[in-house]
Amino acid sequence: MALLETKNLGISFGGLRAVNEFDISVEKGQLYGLIGPNGAGKTTIFNLLTGVYRPDEGAILLDGVNLTGRKTIEICKAGIARTFQNIRLFGDLPVLDNVKAGLHNHYPYSTFEGIFRLPRYFRTEREMNEKAMELLKVFGLEEYAEHKAKNLPYGQQRKLEIARAMATAPKLLLLDEPAAGMNPNETKELMDTIRFVRDHFDMTILLIEHDMKLVSGICEKLTVLNFGEVLTQGDTQTVLNDPKVIKAYLGE
Amino acid sequence: MKKMKAGRLSKTTKNDLITYGMVILAYIIVQIFVATGHVSSLIQGLLVPFCTYAIVAIALNLTVGILGELSLGHAGFMCVGAFTSAVFSLAFKQTMPGGPRFFIALLIGAATAALVGFLVGIPVLRLKGDYLAIVTLAFGEIIKNIINALYLGVDGNGLHFTMKDALSLNLAEDGVVLIKGAQGVTGTPNDSNFTVGVILILVTLFIVLNFIHSRTGRAVMAIRDNRIAAESIGINVTKYKLIAFTLSASLAGVAGVLYAHNLSTLNALPKNFGYNMSILILVFVVLGGIGNIRGSIIAAVLLTLLPEVLRGLSDYRMLIYAIVLIAMMIFNWSPNAIFFRKRMRQRLTGGGKSEKEEA
Amino acid sequence: MSFAAHLINGISLGSVYALIALGYTMVYGIAKMLNFAHGDVIMIGGYAVFVGVSNLGMNPLAAIVISMAVCTVLGVTIERVAYRPLRGASPLAVLITAIGVSYLLQNIALLVFGSDTKAFTNVVTLPNLELFDGQLVIKSVTIVTVIVSVIIMIGLTLFVRKTKIGRAMTAVSEDKDAARLMGINVNGTIAVTFAIGSSLAAIAGVLLCSAYPSLTPYTGSMPGIKAFVAAVFGGIGSIPGAFIGGILLGVIENLSKAYISSQLSDAIVFSILIVVLLVKPTGLLGKQIQEKV
Repeated sequence: MALLETKNLGISFGGLRAVNEFDISVEKGQLYGLIGPNGAGKTTIFNLLTGVYRPDEGAILLDGVNLTGRKTIEICKAGIARTFQNIRLFGDLPVLDNVKAGLHNHYPYSTFEGIFRLPRYFRTEREMNEKAMELLKVFGLEEYAEHKAKNLPYGQQRKLEIARAMATAPKLLLLDEPAAGMNPNETKELMDTIRFVRDHFDMTILLIEHDMKLVSGICEKLTVLNFGEVLTQGDTQTVLNDPKVIKAYLGE
Repeated sequence: MKKMKAGRLSKTTKNDLITYGMVILAYIIVQIFVATGHVSSLIQGLLVPFCTYAIVAIALNLTVGILGELSLGHAGFMCVGAFTSAVFSLAFKQTMPGGPRFFIALLIGAATAALVGFLVGIPVLRLKGDYLAIVTLAFGEIIKNIINALYLGVDGNGLHFTMKDALSLNLAEDGVVLIKGAQGVTGTPNDSNFTVGVILILVTLFIVLNFIHSRTGRAVMAIRDNRIAAESIGINVTKYKLIAFTLSASLAGVAGVLYAHNLSTLNALPKNFGYNMSILILVFVVLGGIGNIRGSIIAAVLLTLLPEVLRGLSDYRMLIYAIVLIAMMIFNWSPNAIFFRKRMRQRLTGGGKSEKEEA
Repeated sequence: MSFAAHLINGISLGSVYALIALGYTMVYGIAKMLNFAHGDVIMIGGYAVFVGVSNLGMNPLAAIVISMAVCTVLGVTIERVAYRPLRGASPLAVLITAIGVSYLLQNIALLVFGSDTKAFTNVVTLPNLELFDGQLVIKSVTIVTVIVSVIIMIGLTLFVRKTKIGRAMTAVSEDKDAARLMGINVNGTIAVTFAIGSSLAAIAGVLLCSAYPSLTPYTGSMPGIKAFVAAVFGGIGSIPGAFIGGILLGVIENLSKAYISSQLSDAIVFSILIVVLLVKPTGLLGKQIQEKV
């Protein structure tokens, strides 16, 4: 059974049909790419999957559980984590605390215990620090742990967003244009990181990307979106050589 | 990695300890000056107000700096704490010793202010920015308005209240009027003093600083920095906003308790519980540094002291206060001034502190 | 008849709120700042007319014109000295500075004119309107206030829509940087906004003091807050919204004073504001803006 499955997903804004009859099926452990021209509705699909928008029709299934119409935090708890196209970090918090915020639901203690520093506070905070540092190491960010997130270089900020998403221990990771604004070297490094995340954590990843080098380099399957509808889907090479796709990107 | 963690803990802890130390040191110095007779009666009369404003400034900083929402209604929460605790203390003036009575009054003031903060917070925290500011201002005014119109009395049959006048309370022979409408509460026991005030500042600091460094505080600051991202990692935005706002209101209530027990007559005037007071508290917070708890205390004390120090200038003092306020705001916040200061600092330190070190 | 009289008084008060709210909303809409000192500019406008008419024996109309000039210069100066250096700083910093300016104006007035209440001479000397054989008297100042505020509301709407500078204002309010790139003088446009807002404040001051003839350094403070509430009520940034918000606020305030409780009237006004904002978080005519994810 597929890890993520959507059936006939659709949403309109005003009179505009942003996404129509969207079906996708992502297998566990897959690196799946969602591509398409600007304005095709890619980020809207991410917003549907994470409960930012409620679909007008259709269903979203994660591991067989119906998540349609659930709230963002419930969907996070169910196991979908994401990054954002325009980076959204907790800029004034240290890098370490950004990741610790991601661990929030997995390391509970009450506000009362926190204020009066009861034993569980110390124990849990220590565990959180260890876990967060472990994640920062994976992304090569451990030396920045003390810095404010907003002072990180751009490429590191993107990585920190992935680290924070991974801290929620998701089943499915959504990456929204992870290579946007990166130079070729940074992109290459990012590709290694994404591959590493998939292998190391046995993660399923669905990503939106415009950088064709990245897409063809790491994605195993692709779905091409055009005007809110699926243009074609299948193996990366087959899809990329499809004349329909080339036409959609380059026009007539 | 172990070492780093230790370094990290000690860094924030050290900062917090400096704040506690500053308060204790100030207390000791003041006590020495008082004992040696170097403090004028004017300043002695200001000691409890210093504590009151420091506490309410810390409380508001929790809302403005940590939660990142603008409240112009904190004087209202102070008002709730002041009146509920004053009514309690007045009712048990003869039947309870001062110490436990004040302690219970404190709990009552904090709890009712928390309750009102919670009830106000539920609808209000859905709004954003300036709208939230105006609605909190409105709530503050409503609270002040209602208390001004409220008559409350107690007799053998229990509590009576009305919005009309003292007679409509229909009290029995043994009845006592506790709140007399616009005349407020008279005869509250003077249970607070400078020492109590400083202890309450320390308790407030303890609660707020520990809150900030806890899991809950981190969630609140995450929401402040980016609500959408906080939601995406499973943080319940409404819940944590409400926790922070309620705690902040409750601590403002504590300041109100301190205020009420320093006066024999308590009125809800525009001056002490109106929006002007809320704004004044906001001025403390902004000048002390948004999110900077220690700064709030310093600003509250200095700005309470300033008009009194300028008293010799009589009519000009508030004028000077206003000019100082404007000048400080421009100096602290103007992009040009910030750039200028940065360059001066670089020149003084012989070039280049990097961005990261600055943070 | 008494209901009609209360209603009319409410509309009269509401028109004054509307005039002040128009100034608030213009400045907020374009400069994106809450000019807390706006109410105090009104007070200065009131004093200017008072000095002109009572001390210098000027013709009321001439005094009003001079008062408008005084307020315009004042508004532009405040903007130049106190607010412009903070362009681009945190909105909170600008808000506190505006509060500082408010204190400053109040204390200047206190020093110059003293704290005693000045009896303001009604500058509207037209005869009152008597209806139903004198059962319902509408004061001339009420009529003038309503007419003036309607004319100004319409005038401002046309000004913003039709003139070049009005469209520049719209552009600046949408996006300062883009407007600058399009060759719009952003600082100049904001200065003009303050000039207009402040000259409106002068008119509001005259009408406020004519309807409620007592003038102190704090006269502008509470009406200023109420007008701010009115602007938010109607949807801050919207010119018709400010007008409707102002009228509604005045009517509600007067009716609740008359029929419920004069002590609780402010509480009622504020409660209604809260209810409106909870149902419609950006006010009656405000634009809904959704954050893009």
